[in-house]
Amino acid sequence: MQKKTEGATSNKKRDEGMINLFWEFFKIGLFTIGGGAAMIPQIQQVATEEKGWLTEDEMLDCIAMGQSLPGVIAINIGTYVGYRQRGLAGALAATVGVVLPAFLSILILVAVLGAIGDNPWIAGAFTGIKAAVCGLLIVTSVKLLLQMCKGRDGTYARKSHVVFTVIMSVLSLVAVGFFGITAVLVILAGIVIGIVYYRITVMNGSREVDK
Amino acid sequence: MMLLLRLFAEFFKVGLFSFGGGNAMLPLIYQSIQKFSQLGTSAFSDMVALSQVTPGPVAVNAATFIGLEAGGIPGAVFATLGVCLPCFLIMLIVIRLLDRFRGSTLVEGAFAGIRPVTIGLLLAAVIFIMNGVLVKGPVVSAEMADPGYYNWIPIGIFAVSILLISLLKLKPLHVMLIMGAAGALIYGVM
Repeated sequence: MQKKTEGATSNKKRDEGMINLFWEFFKIGLFTIGGGAAMIPQIQQVATEEKGWLTEDEMLDCIAMGQSLPGVIAINIGTYVGYRQRGLAGALAATVGVVLPAFLSILILVAVLGAIGDNPWIAGAFTGIKAAVCGLLIVTSVKLLLQMCKGRDGTYARKSHVVFTVIMSVLSLVAVGFFGITAVLVILAGIVIGIVYYRITVMNGSREVDK
Repeated sequence: MMLLLRLFAEFFKVGLFSFGGGNAMLPLIYQSIQKFSQLGTSAFSDMVALSQVTPGPVAVNAATFIGLEAGGIPGAVFATLGVCLPCFLIMLIVIRLLDRFRGSTLVEGAFAGIRPVTIGLLLAAVIFIMNGVLVKGPVVSAEMADPGYYNWIPIGIFAVSILLISLLKLKPLHVMLIMGAAGALIYGVM
C-alpha cells in the first residue's frame, strides 16, 4: 500500500487508500441496479460530498465524459475517479471494485439458477430499488442542473447561460427519452452546439472586457 | 485457448463500439453471441432477464454470462476483461489528453455542450427505468388515462425516496437499502 514515500506529495488526498477506493466502488457496483445511470447518485454523493475526491465541477465533467465515451459508464467513471486519486493503480482498484459485483453475481446466480428469478422477495427488493433509483436520479439531476446554471469562473453571461443549459437539457431529454434517438448523435450535436456557443459567449465576453 | 481469445476479442469490440452504456449495448452483444454457436436467442433472452435482476453494469453481466456459458469460468473471465478493457484504456488516454488541452476553445466548448446533455441523458435513463416498473408498459402511451396502467406501490416507493433524499438528506445507498427491504416485504408478503 505504501510504496510511494516521497513525503512532500503525500497530502491528505493522496492518502486515500487503494482498499478504500476499491471498497467504495465495490459498494457502488453492488447497488447499480437498472443500468449504469443508477450509480450516478451514489458516486456523486460518495466522491464529492462524503470523500471529497472530486470537486463538484470535476464531477460534472466526469459524468459528462462517462456518458460520452464508448463502453460501460460505470467503468469510465471508476477509471476517472481512481486515476485522479491514485494514478493508474487507483484507476485499476476502482474499476475492479465496480465490476466485481456484476461478475460474481452472475457466477453465483448461474450456479443456483431458477431459484432466484421467481422468488417474490428478491423480485420485490429489486422493484423497490429500481423505483428508488428513479427518485434518486431525478434529485441528482436537479442538483447537477442547478450547479451548472451557476456557471464557472465567470466565463458565461449568467442569464443566457441558464437559458442555454435548460434548453439543451430539455432538448436532449426529449430526443433520447421520447423520440428514441441514440445517445451518440445527441452527444455529438451537443459538442458542436457547445463549441459554437462557447465561441460566441467568449467573444462577447472579451468584447465587453475591451470596452 | 482459441475460444478464450475469441471471447475476449468479441467482447473487446462490444466495449469499444457501444455508446450510451447499458441497454444501448444489447444489440451489439446480441450480434456477438451469434458467433458462439451453442448460444441462441433463448440464451440471449435468459441473459437479458438475468442482467435486469443482478447488480452491476448490464454489459458486464452479459459478458460474464455469455463467457460462462461458452467457456466456463475462464470464459467468463476473458469475456469480462474484454468488455471492460476498451473503456478503461480510452478513459486513461482521454484523461491525459484533457490535462494537456484543458482551456482550449474546442475542449471547453465541447464540455459546455456535453454538460447539459448529460442531464437530459440522466433523465432519459429515468424514463427507461420507469418503463415496466412504475407503469405496466412504456411511460408515454395511450393507456395513461387508465389508473390500472400504473403500479401504485413502486410509485409510492418512488415518491418516498424523493422525500428521504431531499428532505431527510439520507445517503443514496441507504435509501436503496430501505426501499429494497420495503419492496421485498411488500411483494414477499402479498
